[in-house]
Amino acid sequence: MSRESALVNADWVAEHLADPNVILIEVDEDTSAYDRSHISGAIKLDWTTDLQDQVRRDFVSKAQFEALLSEKGVSNDATVVLYGGNNNWFAAYAYWYFKLYGHSDVKLLDGGRKKWELDARDLTDEPVKLDPTSYTATEQDLSIRAFRDEVVAAIGTQNLVDVRSPDEFAGRLLAPAHLPQEQAQRAGHIPTAASVPWSKAANDDGTFRSDDELKQIYSEAGVDWSKDTIAYCRIGERSSHTWFVLKELLGEENVKNYDGSWTEYGSLVGVPVALGDEPGVA
Amino acid sequence: MCGAVKGGLSLDGVDVAKEAIIQGQVVRGDEPVGNAYVRLLDGTGEFTAEVPTSATGHFRFFAGPGDWTLRTLAPQSDPVDNKVTAAKGVVAEVTVSL
Repeated sequence: MSRESALVNADWVAEHLADPNVILIEVDEDTSAYDRSHISGAIKLDWTTDLQDQVRRDFVSKAQFEALLSEKGVSNDATVVLYGGNNNWFAAYAYWYFKLYGHSDVKLLDGGRKKWELDARDLTDEPVKLDPTSYTATEQDLSIRAFRDEVVAAIGTQNLVDVRSPDEFAGRLLAPAHLPQEQAQRAGHIPTAASVPWSKAANDDGTFRSDDELKQIYSEAGVDWSKDTIAYCRIGERSSHTWFVLKELLGEENVKNYDGSWTEYGSLVGVPVALGDEPGVA
Repeated sequence: MCGAVKGGLSLDGVDVAKEAIIQGQVVRGDEPVGNAYVRLLDGTGEFTAEVPTSATGHFRFFAGPGDWTLRTLAPQSDPVDNKVTAAKGVVAEVTVSL
C-alpha cells in the first residue's frame, strides 16, 4: 500500500460524489454526528453496534459482517471511502476492520470530517439508503491483528508503539481527556513501548503529515524498522490510525493493531506495567 | 450543590470531585460558534484531546491537574490559543473569542 492508494483528499471525494462505484461511509465516536449532518450520499456505520459483538468483547463474525455490508448496500468491488470525526480515529478503525475482512479497495479521506468542515464544504442531513447487495467477506486476516499473548511476548523483542497521549502513557490519565477518567484497570503502559501519540502523525487540521516527517517521528521515538510492530492505545481506535500510517502510508510489513489495547492489558492479572514517561525495561 | 457550573453542558452523572474539568464556550462576538474544534494541549504543547463544540458552542475536557492550552480551530478563523489551569474538584471555565 501507499499514500496514493490508501488516501484521498476532499477534492477527490467532491469529484466522485455521483460515482456509483464509490461508497462514502462515515464512522464517528459520537455516533449521532452522522444523523445531524454528513457528506452527501454517505452512509453510516456505528462502531458500537455495527462493528462490535453485542455480548462478548470481540468483533462481529464474518457472517455478521457480510450481513451488515449486504444490508448497507456495499458491494465487494466498491471503492469504499471512510471518513469521520476525531481526526479519523474511528474511520481508521473501520478501515482496518475492512482490511481484516478482506475488502480490497478501501481508502481514507485525508483530514476526515474536521477538515471537510473547516474548509466549509457542504454537509446534508438527507437520509441515504443504498440497494442491498450480497457481500462476501474473507476470514479475518490475523497478520494485522494482535492478541494479548503476542503483546506480552513482544515486550523487549518487537516494537510496541503506545499511541495514547503522554499523560495516559505515563499513567497520569486513564482515558483521553474528553472522557471521564474513572476506570477499573491499572494506569501506565506496556514495558519497552515507545510513546508516539497518534496526534504526532497528523497536522492540526487532521490531515496526515508527509512520509518523510512520519518516518522521522517514529525513528526518533525508537522504532526499529527491522522489527515487527504492534500498535496499541486504549480500545484500539487511535492505534488503527497509527497502524494506517505505518502499514498503509509508509508501507511497512508486519504491523499489527492490538485492539484489546489498554482496557484489556491494564486489567490483566500478572503482566508487567511501567509507569512514568520512560519506556521501562523488559 | 454549589451551583458553580456555568455553561450549557450537563454534569449530571459526573463525579466532579474526582475530575479536573476544563469547559467553556466558543464565541464570535456575541454569537456561539457551533462548528469549531477545541484541542487540549499539555504543558509541553503536545496534543491530548479534541472535541467539536456543541450547537451552543460549548465544550468540555476531563483533564489532569496542571497547566493546559486550548487551541480552537474554526472555519474562516485563524487558530486561537487560550491558557488554562486545571485542578481536581474544580471546573475551569474558559470563553474562547474568535
